[in-house]
Parts: sequence; structure tokens; C-alpha cells
Amino acid sequence: MSAALHRRDVVKALLRDRGDILVVAGLGSSAWDCTAAGDHPLTFPLWGAMGSACMIGLGLALAQPRRRVLIVTGDGEMLMGLGSLATIGVQRPRNLAVVVLDNERYGETGMQKTHTAYGVDLAAAARACGFVKARVIRKSTEIAPMRLDVYRGRGPLFLQVKVEPDSPPLVLPPRDGTHLSRRFREALLGPRAR
Amino acid sequence: MLKRAIIPKPTTALDASLDWPGAIHRALKAHRVRQVSYVPDAGHKRLIELCRADKNMAAVPLTTEEEGIGLAAGAWLGGERAALLMQSSGVGNCVNTLTLAANCRFPLLMLITMRGEKGELNPWQIPMGQATPETLKLGGVRVFRLAREADAFSRVSEAAGVAFDRCAAVAVTISQRLIGIKSFKEQR
Repeated sequence: MSAALHRRDVVKALLRDRGDILVVAGLGSSAWDCTAAGDHPLTFPLWGAMGSACMIGLGLALAQPRRRVLIVTGDGEMLMGLGSLATIGVQRPRNLAVVVLDNERYGETGMQKTHTAYGVDLAAAARACGFVKARVIRKSTEIAPMRLDVYRGRGPLFLQVKVEPDSPPLVLPPRDGTHLSRRFREALLGPRAR
Repeated sequence: MLKRAIIPKPTTALDASLDWPGAIHRALKAHRVRQVSYVPDAGHKRLIELCRADKNMAAVPLTTEEEGIGLAAGAWLGGERAALLMQSSGVGNCVNTLTLAANCRFPLLMLITMRGEKGELNPWQIPMGQATPETLKLGGVRVFRLAREADAFSRVSEAAGVAFDRCAAVAVTISQRLIGIKSFKEQR
């Protein structure tokens, strides 16, 4: 029996019964995974600006300290914004969790190996930057405790999930950035969004 | 530590018009800016201090300038307003991330202290300093110029109005003449 984790299953388990959590999805496969779990106005999926997912999550977490903020991104996107771990480590938002779906590949560009395939340890970097908890997750039995951390745990949390380098079918979110940002603000802020 | 030859001094009420960092801070307050991110620059020293001391502002030091564009986007999604402080050399770091503001129509307010202008003593600052206004314009950013201390409040207010009321990307470039020339002499 293969115990290997698949990205779609991990994200579906994380976003099932999602309550009022706010989600930022890094560009590429992570955004498709979040959309496959159910397109939602309080998910902000990125189509560009690679490396920005964690910083968008930080701005959101500081603006909405009573809401949980979850960033779902890939290892390649995280590597491009590695400095943002240090920036988050200074602010230490208690309501922020980063989940990195680490397939050790650049999935959108031909499955080239990323730095994590060569042993670069993202969770150790997050720990060194001051994240309260930074773990590598490899087994399906670890998904339920991870979910508990994301929804209840004291942040900032960093959860690096080792997943198979598979390419599930594309499930694309809306592409218009103005639409994505407007619908997010209206769902979160109501009349104050206008 | 290297500092510029002319550092703006904290001012008394009498010469408040000369306290341009104080005037910018007041303009940011007037526009309800709550998150101020920065990569330090000697020219922004006092404004950073004012923002850090302000209990109604989250001051966020960055490792690189483009982080501040993501932060501003997240702040806006969450219902807050942000500003980003940097030196002109940081504009080059921001280029691809500026597409976030262009594609999603987030308000983006950047306050940029200029290097590479008249009197610059470090030749390595000149290429990026010279290219800064054009780089911003190519990135879809509207550029305002602040060259006189007395204009600090009105110019930054005007820029913030365009950014937040029209959901636009806006930069105020602050003249090197206003900030002072970095002397490369040890100072305390």
C-alpha cells in the first residue's frame, strides 16, 4: 500500500468545511488544487506575481487579526519568496498558516526539479525565521492534526507537505484579477468593500 | 554607519513646514494608512521612526521591496490601506510584482527616495536612479514628484487620494536634493 500523499487529496481535506477561513493560493498547481476543492469568494488565487503568496497572506492576516488566514502554495513559489518567511517571522501573526505542497518540481513548466529535490529544507528555514511550528508532513495520518493546526493552532505555522509529483486535471479559477479581488472584498467586508 | 550629509532634524512647531517626513506621516494618517512596509533608506529614516512609534500603524520591515506590493494587496483584500517606503534602487526589484497591482486593481502607494540624481557620489546608484521614473511608468504606476519640503503634505495627500479612491498604483519620488547627498564620511 502506498502511503504517498496526493496534492488534491491534501487540499480537499484542508478546505472541507472551511468555515470562515481566508485562503491565498499560490500560482499554478496550488491554485488549481484550491479550485478543485471548490471555487470560493474567500480564496484569492494567483495567476502571476510569483513569490508573493506569503506576503499577501501577511497583509491579510494583519488586517484581519480575528480571522484565520491560510496560504496554500508550492515549493517553487515558496522558494521565490523565501525572504517573506523572515518578514513574517518579525510580525509573528498568530492567525497565519502556510501550507507548502512540496512535490520537489516546477509542475507548470515541465517538472524540473526544485531546490527541495536537492535537499534544501524549507521547514528548517521557516523555523529559523521564527515560525512557532514548522513541520514536514509525509503520511496520511498526519493530515487530520495538520488541519487542526491550520484552523486552531497558534501561528505563524509552516506545514510542508511532501506530495507525489503528479499532474491532476486542470481545474482553473476565474482569471480576471479585478473580479477575484472585488469578490473577495465583498464577501469579507460587505458594504465596506465599496 | 554611513549616513547622508544632511539628515532632516526633528523639528519644533515653529519650523513644522520643514519637517517633510512629519508632513508625510500626517498625510498617511489622514488617508487612514494602517500598514507601512519598508526597506530602510537614510532618506526615510525619520518617517520610519514616526511610523514605528505610531500605535495605529503596523510597521513591517521587508527583506526586499517587492514584498511590500504583496503586503499592500493583502492589506486591501482585508480592508486596510498600506504604504510602501523604499529607495529608488528598490524599484528595479519590484518590476514583475507590479503586475499584481495592474491586474487586480489594488491601490498601491509607494514613497520613493531618489538616488542617482544631481550630486550622487556613488556611480553605481546612477543607472537605476535614472531609470526609476520610466520603470515605474512602464509598470503602470502614476508618478508624482516631491521636490520641495513645503509640498510634502499636499503632494503625498494627492497621490494617496489617487491610489485609494481610484484603486491605482501611484509613486511619489522624493528628490535627492530634498533628502541630502550621501557623503560617505563616518557620522554618528
